[in-house]
Amino acid sequence: MATTTCAPNIPAPRRPLAGGLYKRLRGGDEVAYLVTLICATTILLIVGLLVVELWSNSRLTIHTFGWHFLTSSTWDPNGGKFGALPFIYGTCVTSALALLIAVPLGVAASIFLAEMAPPSLSNLLTFLIELLAAVPSVIYGLIGIFILVPFIRDYLVPPLTKSFGFLPIFQGDFYGVSFLSAGLVLSVMVVPFIVSVSREVLLAVPVEQREAALALGATKWETTWQIVVPNASTGIIGSVFLALARALGETMAVTMVIGNTPKITASLLSPGYSIAAVIANEFAEASGNLYISSLIFLGLVLFGLTIIINAIARIMVLTTTRRRA
Amino acid sequence: MLTLSRGFTPRAATIAAFFLAAGLPLAAQTSLTGAGATFPAPIYQKWFNNYQSVGNVQINYQPNGSGGGIKAVTEGTVDFGASDMPLTDDQLKGFKDKHGFRVLLFPTVIGADVPTYNVPGVTQELNFTPEALAGIFLGKITTWNDPAIARANPGVKLPGDKIVVVHRSEGSGTTFCWTDYLSKVSPEWKSKVGKNVSVNWPTGIGGKGNDGVAGLIKQQKGALGYVELVYAVQSHLPYGKVKNQGGQFVKADLQSVTAAAASVKAMPADFRVSITDAPGAGAYPISTFTWLLVPEKISDDAKRKAITGFLKWAITTGQGSVEKLDYAKLPRAVAAKEEQQIAEIK
Repeated sequence: MATTTCAPNIPAPRRPLAGGLYKRLRGGDEVAYLVTLICATTILLIVGLLVVELWSNSRLTIHTFGWHFLTSSTWDPNGGKFGALPFIYGTCVTSALALLIAVPLGVAASIFLAEMAPPSLSNLLTFLIELLAAVPSVIYGLIGIFILVPFIRDYLVPPLTKSFGFLPIFQGDFYGVSFLSAGLVLSVMVVPFIVSVSREVLLAVPVEQREAALALGATKWETTWQIVVPNASTGIIGSVFLALARALGETMAVTMVIGNTPKITASLLSPGYSIAAVIANEFAEASGNLYISSLIFLGLVLFGLTIIINAIARIMVLTTTRRRA
Repeated sequence: MLTLSRGFTPRAATIAAFFLAAGLPLAAQTSLTGAGATFPAPIYQKWFNNYQSVGNVQINYQPNGSGGGIKAVTEGTVDFGASDMPLTDDQLKGFKDKHGFRVLLFPTVIGADVPTYNVPGVTQELNFTPEALAGIFLGKITTWNDPAIARANPGVKLPGDKIVVVHRSEGSGTTFCWTDYLSKVSPEWKSKVGKNVSVNWPTGIGGKGNDGVAGLIKQQKGALGYVELVYAVQSHLPYGKVKNQGGQFVKADLQSVTAAAASVKAMPADFRVSITDAPGAGAYPISTFTWLLVPEKISDDAKRKAITGFLKWAITTGQGSVEKLDYAKLPRAVAAKEEQQIAEIK
């Protein structure tokens, strides 16, 4: 989580090269530098090896389909034709829907916990919300199938289709499992990330800023909304990116409520599929080099998406905390 | 801490006892590893437990899927594999090219797929013809009161609800059996979709595992899907009858499934046979063998004795315990033929 202090900067040792490795290693600082450097490079090496492995195992698919793989909609293991578009579409739609619901909810909750609530209540509620992040995703999937889906089918969708049925996103038959159900389950899963990071960032805004605003005659809400939140906005956006990265990669909960049908339609009520779900479902029984290679290439696509988004989030959160220090 | 005498501390005693206990079973027991199909995993576990005392061999089995089992036995990382579908010519060739000798298939038990449904207002058992099932799964027959279904169920009031097809989302031997049957009874299915553990379904939603499919069917009015017979029996799910080649509507149970295996006209020497759409009176048409995959040559003497001993036991004594777990047993003719193949393992 974001911290308000800076780590001490251990500088690189500046002894002359002549003198031998042993002499340079005698100081504790040098040893610390070397050890931490090795740890950091090991992690980078593992990530690099992961990418290399994924790439080398996807070469057959890239060779057979080329980049057409990313734009084709057919997924036919028996006929040997593979295309990633329905899965990319499903992953993006469910994640976007999850964020659409979770961001207002999460940011509003974090504002309440950081600014409005008394400290004891705030600490208790934060603890409970962070517990949500600890619940295994399979449990979310089960709650999705047994509680959320019947609820949506009986109480949410009928009024939705009655009032908004003219919109293309609410047309078609509803079978319970759908993009809508998956998006709702995902939003519950990513809210804790938004709440805990945003709350930390909001608390990190210096108290002088608040005091200055209040001294100038602003109300509590004006201070919060016009001074504190903009101050913390980079951190809040960073938390949204973290939530997006989680939503993109979520497997078990999504596969249990999305319907597992590779389809591209505008309707949120239709069943769909996502990249993580298809890999989890089909990899164990996949036989045939092209089939396996296609699933691995799908994994590489998802990996690329998630890495890029995570990197942006990290940079943003880092910039916020460095500024505060 | 209590010390009985110098050197004989409780700590040392525990360590010594641990090594003694660990060493004892290792003394004379052979150990085998296997991997593969999930469908027969319960009966295999029971067999391996029972056989441990009979043959003094410890067998570890990983039910990670038929595909995984075929891969593992071809790579040589396990001693035997298990698969819900017969190996294709390519897979057999792959094994032979890699090792120089064949892999042998041994049918062990028989399973079946049953159509289970949730039709509002209908509590009786429904009859399904092959044409009806193919039409439904192709997306051609869309409502329950379609003549293709109504004709086979005179006297049952079928509603006009839409049929919601439910299939397996992950690759599975259950899907292989079902699509194998549909490929046999419908040329359109065969050309359009084909048979495999995972196919491009023309219609329907996917559930994960037998329980996923059953859960979706229970919640959705008008749903129709397929589950394993073992699962349907143990979960007390209602399921329908299917018309077999002889024209009878047969309900899947242990006798009708064994009858399907017994009615195979010409059992090939390598046991790679599909028994769906079996001829024969009282045969249930959507049945399938499940096979153990054993290499023809095993260099380790102890392992070879262990495997051949286990196979002989499994197809004779072991068959006595399969029906309790709701699997159908092998017909005696098939078991007798397998004994000849066991002798080929050198």
